[in-house]
Amino acid sequence: MGLFSAAVSITRYRVDGKIENEVTETVAKGLKKNAISEIDEDTVEKGSGWTSFENPFQPAFEGSSFVYGNLFVFSLRVDRKSIPTKLLKKHVTLKTSKRLAKTRRHFLSKDEKETLREKVTAELAIRVPATPHIYDLVWDYEKSAVCFFSNLRSANEELETLFKRSFNLSLIRIFPYTAADLQSDLTDPERDILLGLSPTHFSN
Amino acid sequence: MLDLSLAYHRYRFLGDEFLTWLWYLVETDQNAFRVVDPDCLTLEIGNRIVLENRRGKSIERITIKGDDAGLEEGKLALKKGALVTELAFIFKSGEHQWQFSLKGESLNVSSFKAPGPTLPQSSEEMEAFVLDKAQQFNKILSFLEILYKTFIQVRINAKWSSKITPAIKKWVAPVGHP
Repeated sequence: MGLFSAAVSITRYRVDGKIENEVTETVAKGLKKNAISEIDEDTVEKGSGWTSFENPFQPAFEGSSFVYGNLFVFSLRVDRKSIPTKLLKKHVTLKTSKRLAKTRRHFLSKDEKETLREKVTAELAIRVPATPHIYDLVWDYEKSAVCFFSNLRSANEELETLFKRSFNLSLIRIFPYTAADLQSDLTDPERDILLGLSPTHFSN
Repeated sequence: MLDLSLAYHRYRFLGDEFLTWLWYLVETDQNAFRVVDPDCLTLEIGNRIVLENRRGKSIERITIKGDDAGLEEGKLALKKGALVTELAFIFKSGEHQWQFSLKGESLNVSSFKAPGPTLPQSSEEMEAFVLDKAQQFNKILSFLEILYKTFIQVRINAKWSSKITPAIKKWVAPVGHP
């Protein structure tokens, strides 16, 4: 979801800090280092990383391909494999029966069950293709502002973690308190008043 | 700065009050919006209002939807102690309009439709498309940012209790309407 969509959702962030020098090169380095890797042939169920805004299935951050005027524009991609519960249950049941027969026992311990379940999940994960979820991002570096095109909690948390890891900069989400504290030019006495506010009741 | 997780919950009421204040301005002082953005012809309430009444033991949630959203019904809920938690707006400027919903708790924007460039037909057109689109979104985000800043300046002022709150109460329940 993002710039190409007819209707979008936006979460706003303030970027805490600046890159010391070679801004575009440093951003490119962070993007390349944390670019999405395909997980279709892997046993993992989830993968995430940066991808190109224009071509999200072939991430490339060469040169200034992510620079548009004074903006950095790229995307967060989260790939998830969804293993149907009934399919997992079927394979766990079959493997459990096989193990019990082989060991001539009547039940497995809690740890054995958990290990078996993890093994079956990993085996199925190789066979299930991942579904990509793509969220665009516009970073106005000069204004230390990021617009992230999703309100989904999981996508926002993924973004905050990956952004910090990639660029060593923290994202501060803009919500009522941070908007008041960071964007309202309050003096210290005004900030004290803000901290002491309590809800107003508009009913009589 | 406070712990952000605590601050999110402790001050979420500011977002809800901001929406109520915006609704009040929509009906009583359109000029306030033109001061922020001279291009603003009108700011109107859109097709969705969500209110929550948290004064009882349980939270009562009221959602009013439709192109002719029942503003009176919403005001009745306000009168009973509810707060606006989500509000849809239409920003009109010349022949163009921007539609969006704003959530009080998070100030997140959703269902955001901006006028604007047609999809690029070639990679050469991409940069112009992205910059134009970003500018269209930014117009409203900057508008909201300045309005929120104005709201906070009003909210921390003594006039909030002495003048603004009584005026909003009067707007919610006009004289002669019990």
